[in-house]
Amino acid sequence: MAADTTTVPGADQPDGTALLSVDDVAVNFTVRGGVLQAVRGVTLHVDDAETVAVVGESGCGKSTLARTICGLYTPARGTVRLRGVDVHRATKAEQRTIRRNLQLLFQEPLPSLNPRLTVKRILWEPMKANGMSRRLADAEDRIRDQLVAVGLDAGAAERYPGEFSGGQQQRIALARLLVLRPRLICADEPVSALDVSIQAQIVALMLDLQAEHGIAYVVISHDLPLVAQMATRVAVMYLGAIVEAGPAADVVTRPQHPYTAALRSATPEPRAAGTARRIVLPGEPPSPLQPPSGCPFHPRCPIARPHCAWDTPPLADIGQSRHVACFYPGELQP
Amino acid sequence: MPAAVVGETAPAVSVRDLRISAPTANGWVDLVRGVDLSVPYGGTLALVGESGAGKSITARSLLGMTPPPTVVSHGSIHVSDLDVTSANDRALHTLRGGIIGLVPQDPTSALNPVRTIGSLFDEVIRSHQRLGRAARRKLVGAALDDVGLRRDVLTRYPHQLSGGMRQRALIGMALVNDPSVIVADEPTTALDATVQAQILELLAARVAGRVALVLITHDLGVAATLCDEVNVMYAGRVVEQGATVDVCNRPRHPYTAGLLAAAPDPATGGVGMVPIPGAPPAPADVVPGCAFKTRCPRRTEQCDLMPELDDGAQRVACWHPLDEPTGGDASP
Repeated sequence: MAADTTTVPGADQPDGTALLSVDDVAVNFTVRGGVLQAVRGVTLHVDDAETVAVVGESGCGKSTLARTICGLYTPARGTVRLRGVDVHRATKAEQRTIRRNLQLLFQEPLPSLNPRLTVKRILWEPMKANGMSRRLADAEDRIRDQLVAVGLDAGAAERYPGEFSGGQQQRIALARLLVLRPRLICADEPVSALDVSIQAQIVALMLDLQAEHGIAYVVISHDLPLVAQMATRVAVMYLGAIVEAGPAADVVTRPQHPYTAALRSATPEPRAAGTARRIVLPGEPPSPLQPPSGCPFHPRCPIARPHCAWDTPPLADIGQSRHVACFYPGELQP
Repeated sequence: MPAAVVGETAPAVSVRDLRISAPTANGWVDLVRGVDLSVPYGGTLALVGESGAGKSITARSLLGMTPPPTVVSHGSIHVSDLDVTSANDRALHTLRGGIIGLVPQDPTSALNPVRTIGSLFDEVIRSHQRLGRAARRKLVGAALDDVGLRRDVLTRYPHQLSGGMRQRALIGMALVNDPSVIVADEPTTALDATVQAQILELLAARVAGRVALVLITHDLGVAATLCDEVNVMYAGRVVEQGATVDVCNRPRHPYTAGLLAAAPDPATGGVGMVPIPGAPPAPADVVPGCAFKTRCPRRTEQCDLMPELDDGAQRVACWHPLDEPTGGDASP
């Protein structure tokens, strides 16, 4: 397998000092038809107060990776460590600490909020579960402060999730995570269910909270321009593996992998009305049940050579903190 | 008001002062509040807006399909000379699928899962044309060629196709009866980025120009790719209307400018996403005057009066459009 040991992003971080270290993680699912390799050897590191984005299309393994980081799936290989503690082999006591510090924010806020609880009970539940508060009455001041901190009225505490708009619901979901004072929030498509004008509000809020509390984010998204806005570093996934990684602004403006270039070019731009030259890839992402030989991207790649069908490019360091898994980096530009 | 068009120059789609209303516990509420649209044969028009702007329900009303209990309470809708609001069931049947082809948002739920693609195509043709088997097969073959699908999809079930192939099949079904109008409701929203690029290319090459296209989208980029004209909707009204290239490059309405600034700009690699404060009003909250004023940096007292669309090539419903200096103190 293409299980190279290059450590990206944040290759310069020695183990143990990074907030989150994901090392050569592979996740398999047994399905009818064989073993599905959803994640095939992913390595990444996240420091305090930074945002690392994982970008890719449906089925690339990005959501599986997020859930594995949060301990919901067990990797077949590799480790996920939060401040050096293995998330999947932690003791009961360590698990408590991990759960408080590592929280998952979902794409759709409404299904993640119990419709029959008031907002204050929704925020109190995690405090109770983590032994931070025995009685709701004692936690109410903290809950109101938290609601105000995410841009809601303190009065929201008495209402039910269904009474709020989508953007406000996502603020409530964020407040529920923040009452635990987590160090890392894993956000799976945090704004893609929201309207454009509201997306920008939630992104601004997340960045403000980061600046104030030093929270780190792992943002899972299909939207390359969005992560350019939010992230310090970005990793682009295709068929379960990272194909390109580096500083977000560099990756988006000067992509080195042809898949990143195509993703970048696929975003329709309003100001380019009709005249935009677009890289349109043939076909669709292949099934992870039958990954192609060689470079997994070669069947759709506009610049593939014959040898790409049998040689697998390693994720190579090309300098300036950038890594790319392609024999011809930078050849295709959007 | 633009001059009413009559006779042989009648447009493919003509909507005049459309109001769509829904009953609530507190009486009737308007979801669409006086919309005028006109699309010539072969023209391309986008309705752009966020959730609740009224764009989808406006498009549904073209098919006589406003979901009950909402009703068209005022105005007229003509599609290819057919008066939709007074049409009988038989005429509506011809309209839906015969005169207008609909490309829905979610290709998965739009296809009957227990029928093959071939039998679905056959049903679409048979409900509008009396043709023998061989003639139907020929039509289907041409439709598949149009949308870039191979013949072998005909024996397959929807779940055996990828999302992009299902959307291709639906576009083929929308085109197979040779309609004069295609209504495409967020046709690429449910698709991945690289597949969206394929479907946009397909729609631009095979649909735009051949029929009148009415595109519903929240994405000004998608509108710019497919449509010559754009109507930006907010709270049930058209607030800006004009050539897409003008509206996207030189927006006149503060809301249009806000939408453009709120989207991340891929060209800059990380600058953009300026939020519009607040949220769109709920349909039941009737605000006097301009509905955008509560979120608008340019509001003045004048905004308590309803601005109408002005005249010109790029029309805007705003007292203080961006190509004019602010009329008053812009501070809150």
